Amino acid sequence: MKTENQKAWFFVLPVLILVAFNALIPMMTVVNYSVQETFGDNVFFWQGLDWFEQILRSDRFHAALGRQFLFTFLILIIEVPLGIAIALSMPRQGFWVPVCLVLMALPMLIPWNVVGAMWNIFTLPDIGLLGYFLNHVLGITYDMTQNPFAAWVTIITMDVWHWTSLVVLLAYAGLVSIPDAYYQAAKIDGASNWAVFRFIQLPKMKTVLTIAILLRFMDSFNIYTEPFVLTGGGPGNSTTLLSIDLVKIALGQFDLGPAAAMSLIYFAITLLVSWLFYTLMTKDDLN
Amino acid sequence: MQKRSIVPVIYILFLMLPIYWLVAMSFKTTNEILSGFSLFPQTFTLENYTTIFTDPTWYWGYINSILYVTINTVISVAVALPAAYAFSRYRFLGDKQLFFWLLTNRMAPAAVFALPFFQLYSAVGLFDTHLAVALAHCLFNIPLAVWILEGFMGGIPKELDETAYVDGYSFPRFFATIFIPSIKAGVGVAAFFCFMFSWVDLLLPKPLTAVAAKLIAATMTKTASSAGYELGLLAAAGTLTIIPGAIVIWFVRNYIAKGFAMGRV
Repeated sequence: MKTENQKAWFFVLPVLILVAFNALIPMMTVVNYSVQETFGDNVFFWQGLDWFEQILRSDRFHAALGRQFLFTFLILIIEVPLGIAIALSMPRQGFWVPVCLVLMALPMLIPWNVVGAMWNIFTLPDIGLLGYFLNHVLGITYDMTQNPFAAWVTIITMDVWHWTSLVVLLAYAGLVSIPDAYYQAAKIDGASNWAVFRFIQLPKMKTVLTIAILLRFMDSFNIYTEPFVLTGGGPGNSTTLLSIDLVKIALGQFDLGPAAAMSLIYFAITLLVSWLFYTLMTKDDLN
Repeated sequence: MQKRSIVPVIYILFLMLPIYWLVAMSFKTTNEILSGFSLFPQTFTLENYTTIFTDPTWYWGYINSILYVTINTVISVAVALPAAYAFSRYRFLGDKQLFFWLLTNRMAPAAVFALPFFQLYSAVGLFDTHLAVALAHCLFNIPLAVWILEGFMGGIPKELDETAYVDGYSFPRFFATIFIPSIKAGVGVAAFFCFMFSWVDLLLPKPLTAVAAKLIAATMTKTASSAGYELGLLAAAGTLTIIPGAIVIWFVRNYIAKGFAMGRV
């Protein structure tokens, strides 16, 4: 189908140069820091792999990593089924479809720090809409600056608010590509709603759902701005996710060596898990 | 069918609530916000917006953000177009590896790059310029644009290219006058996504700018932390950041779903 042509490299060259400039040079800087110790003034000492060992053994890293996996796990098991359910109940055509899509996509176009600030205002115990409603109408004591559980519920709800639409839009794109003939055939066979979902809709959505799960995994695993603005990692360290901890070490304490080593371990974990997801989800296609 | 549509309606209501609260807050006076809970602004005021539109440190934040987002979108789409064409039409040495490597750049935690980016762009003398932020955002926007455009180009039959060459078109003329117009929708969707990811990100631009190119998002954080009581002003600034996104999304509303589904569909 495609023709072999090495000159195609010239077409790719500008992309290669720009991305390499932004990816390789900073990455080399990180690698450089990760094997050295500095006391400022640009004086560096060779440190070998000590930082990596220190990070991998540190309880603080294990705790942040555990919180990060819990956060990402909760995000995936809530947002993916919810997104599919909403996509299934959307009308397939008509005036309301573009209106729905625009309204649903809106949260994704709000700058991430504004999302954090917005949820902060929304959840203030006495003057925020949600905070007031929970505390004074339902009578549930809710203050996410004091209670770690409330803080977790808030950051999860915020992320569901922010990103479920991505799953909805992707799943919806998969659904509208199913020809009507499939549904008619299922109707003639007397297939139940579940059978239609399991054997027609789900297989047709598979590719887009793979993209959705991968994107949601990568983005929720790397999340920084929204929870940082909302909770600052607190109360205590209860919502200090990996990126928040990383920035604390790098810019708060200026421990560049350990921060760089942690960055590389972090990146490696993201790559590994993404690859695992991808392999598992596309395994059937290969067989 | 009618009963089912209750689900999207509830979902959209849930999405609109925090946005409503932000907008409502922006029309309240500081006094009213601090004195207690009120569902609607009691003393409707435009004071917060007046502050933003008359103070250059505020409104320049918007202009700066829009400038670097626009530069980034133009660069990303311009370099991604030929690259996506190459990926969709030709086989060449290392093509698959290159494509995968481009996508891995989306997986790197942005927090990792904050400090090295500051050093890199200081070293090349671009610190605190719009171009620095625009180039930095290329890291994840170019791979995305290539990915989306390649998907759209795959849908154009190769016969189109061949017919044009037979008709005596040169490559640049064919590319500019026939090929690009036939994937207009794809260019729109790619530009939309570049705009979106450049507009919403704060982590990379923040360490890259100080005064001249300071972005709105950073102006906001500063005001919020130094004067935590000015919630009305913060809400007004936040409300204004929603508007450009809402305008852009309205233009591409018919292509959003398709754009999201691109890639290997």
